[in-house]
Amino acid sequence: MHILKLIFKNAFRHKLRTFLTILGVAIAILAFGLLRTVISAWYVGVEASSASRLVTRNAVSLVFPLPLSYKEKIRQIEGIKGVSYGTWFGGIYIDEKHFFANYAVEPETYLRMYPEIIIPPDQKAAFYRDRKSAVAGRKLAERYKWKIGDIITLKGTIYPGNWDFVIRGIYRGRDETVDETAFVFHWEYLNESLKKTAPLRADQVGWYMIEVTNPNIAAEAAVRIDKTFKNSLAETLTETEKAFTLGFISMTEAIVIAIQLVSFLIIFIIMAVVANTMAMTARERIGEHAIFKTLGFRGFHITGLIFGESLAITMVGTALGIFLTFPAAKIFGKELSNYFPVFIVEPETIYMDLGAALVVASVAALFPAWRAVNIRIADGLRRIG
Amino acid sequence: MKIPFSYSLRNLWTRRLTTVLTASGMALVVFVFAAVLMLAEGLRKTLVETGSYDNVVVIRKASEAEVQSGIERLQASIVETQPEIATSKDGKKLVAKELVVLITLPKRGTDKPSNVVIRGIGENSLTLRPQVKLVEGRMPRTGTAEIIAGMSIAKRFQGGGIGENLRFGMRDWMVVGIFDAGNTAFNSEIWGDVDQLMQVFRRPAYSSVIFNLHDPREFEKVKVRLENDPRLTLDAMRETRYYEKQSEIMARFLRILGVSLTIIFSLGAIIGAMITMYSAVANRVFEIGTMRALGFQRKSILISFLFESLLLGLIGGIVGLFFASFLQLYTVSTLNFQTFSELAFTFSLTFEIIYKALLFSLIMGFVGGALPAVRASRMNIVESLRAS
Repeated sequence: MHILKLIFKNAFRHKLRTFLTILGVAIAILAFGLLRTVISAWYVGVEASSASRLVTRNAVSLVFPLPLSYKEKIRQIEGIKGVSYGTWFGGIYIDEKHFFANYAVEPETYLRMYPEIIIPPDQKAAFYRDRKSAVAGRKLAERYKWKIGDIITLKGTIYPGNWDFVIRGIYRGRDETVDETAFVFHWEYLNESLKKTAPLRADQVGWYMIEVTNPNIAAEAAVRIDKTFKNSLAETLTETEKAFTLGFISMTEAIVIAIQLVSFLIIFIIMAVVANTMAMTARERIGEHAIFKTLGFRGFHITGLIFGESLAITMVGTALGIFLTFPAAKIFGKELSNYFPVFIVEPETIYMDLGAALVVASVAALFPAWRAVNIRIADGLRRIG
Repeated sequence: MKIPFSYSLRNLWTRRLTTVLTASGMALVVFVFAAVLMLAEGLRKTLVETGSYDNVVVIRKASEAEVQSGIERLQASIVETQPEIATSKDGKKLVAKELVVLITLPKRGTDKPSNVVIRGIGENSLTLRPQVKLVEGRMPRTGTAEIIAGMSIAKRFQGGGIGENLRFGMRDWMVVGIFDAGNTAFNSEIWGDVDQLMQVFRRPAYSSVIFNLHDPREFEKVKVRLENDPRLTLDAMRETRYYEKQSEIMARFLRILGVSLTIIFSLGAIIGAMITMYSAVANRVFEIGTMRALGFQRKSILISFLFESLLLGLIGGIVGLFFASFLQLYTVSTLNFQTFSELAFTFSLTFEIIYKALLFSLIMGFVGGALPAVRASRMNIVESLRAS
């Protein structure tokens, strides 16, 4: 008990220095937490994806479509429970800076396959009824203050022209990881318009979403689908939803790695700051430590004192940093909702914060403790200041 | 009377461990600061060099990128007849009708697929892009399944090297040449005969038409004419502007990331410097008292401590820049969110960045040292002499 008291008394002997160090640790932990949250936001699509869903797309690449006629063929394959399809629309609202995902789907099969997208029944019915309608995510609707019944115009980039949509529903996610910034509308609307303006591009879909009866047969089912269309004009590539999203992320890997590196760099910086504080503390107390030794305290006592002090300072700073992470993540998430539809602090981030703090505290105390233990009593007592 | 410069220097030397720790904290901050600037500069350089000012890119209205665009043969022929188009030495118009599609190819060493741009080229495509040079092999013959690959494709993708085969569009394509496009986005592309590629990808339309202007000043004229022609639904823009637009989102992302990181990091480093300088002052109360008693003025003491802190910042800055300069050997390749294709660029160090980073490190030193230096200069002679 006494030793704890001594550690805390020691830690706050130099109020200003301790305060600054704590502030530094808090800022670093805050930054570390935010960067880790950015990384988990990057991977959030992977977490939200289901193991029993497959995505089939053109084997050449995503910009090539698949014929609509594949739908019935896929449905006949063994182990397939449901098939839905969609097309990336890539429309622009106002200008390019106001980006959000917008795509055309076949609504009834799509919503049946994605139970995590929750729409009130009356809005759902209205959405099914009106072919020109669309549903928007809750966050997206909040961002632009859309209400049900509003008419939204998107400028097509892949499909030329201005396209009008009526908002008939606003969806919520069942879990926090569901993207609530998407804009979904009827594939039929797109297709019927294309039949008039660009008949060559009609009756084609961007991808098929496929539900299998049992997650264990997903891999076999994928192989079976691809085999069916082998050597056709549009060969397919079928993956689980998870692999599909991971494929996207792996292409931006360089950025993720950079953010990861930077998040570790910040731990190094704060390590230097805390180590500096501890080095100064230990230097000032060389005389005291010599007296401790004269009184019969052993090396491990002194080591314990220095480590304890380092830990106390770091932990107070870490607690403050973690505490600040949550409101900061909220603000960040709102500002960056264009880039990261989901921005939540995960429990793992907090564990990593604590782990980093432990490492910083130990490394910072290492060298001063070694010096304090090894200095000879006479030398320690002789030193002044 | 001034306090000699060597006093500050020797103070730093006496407390080596603290100096090293503080300076290395600052060095890391400068490293990150410089790295972000270098990255942004590298991206800018890549894009600026990719386009030429007197080239014009024509794509379908509102399509934003070549990949999304489509220009029917008839429309492309109308563009081809514009009088502002420059002619080559042998009297041919400097215009190329091109096809751009994305395909996924596996990288060497891994099976991870990545998006690659395939460009169907005409006979003038190479002339229109003086920055692209064939370094190995020869150009593909028209009407054959031959392709040439950019340097970064040849290096990093399976089957991209000379003499190797790539399979796409139900056909095998032989790589007969490698081209080097310097720092530009073309380095991550594969080029082949446009008519062959249109056939295998079953695209009845070109993606873009590129032409060279007689006189760069005539751009507005030709732009207005093309965009107002009722037979055409096209957008014309200068090639430089086109490539700049392609990476606006990426550039903005780098900027946001860079600014927020630098602010957070520099806060940490300033706190580190402050701790060091405060303790430097606290340890030397007696010394400061003695100097004041000897007749050194408050101002001299303030300057001396500020100088020590600035020196600390400068050391950090130089070390940080030294390590950051090695980043130039490293190439970043990532997905461009706007075009879904690979974009490779290098870190690039310029004098402006060196100067900015050093200035930044000095500012950190100044901000960290200002308060402690003021405290040192305000000390009372008698009280500080009494402290031991």
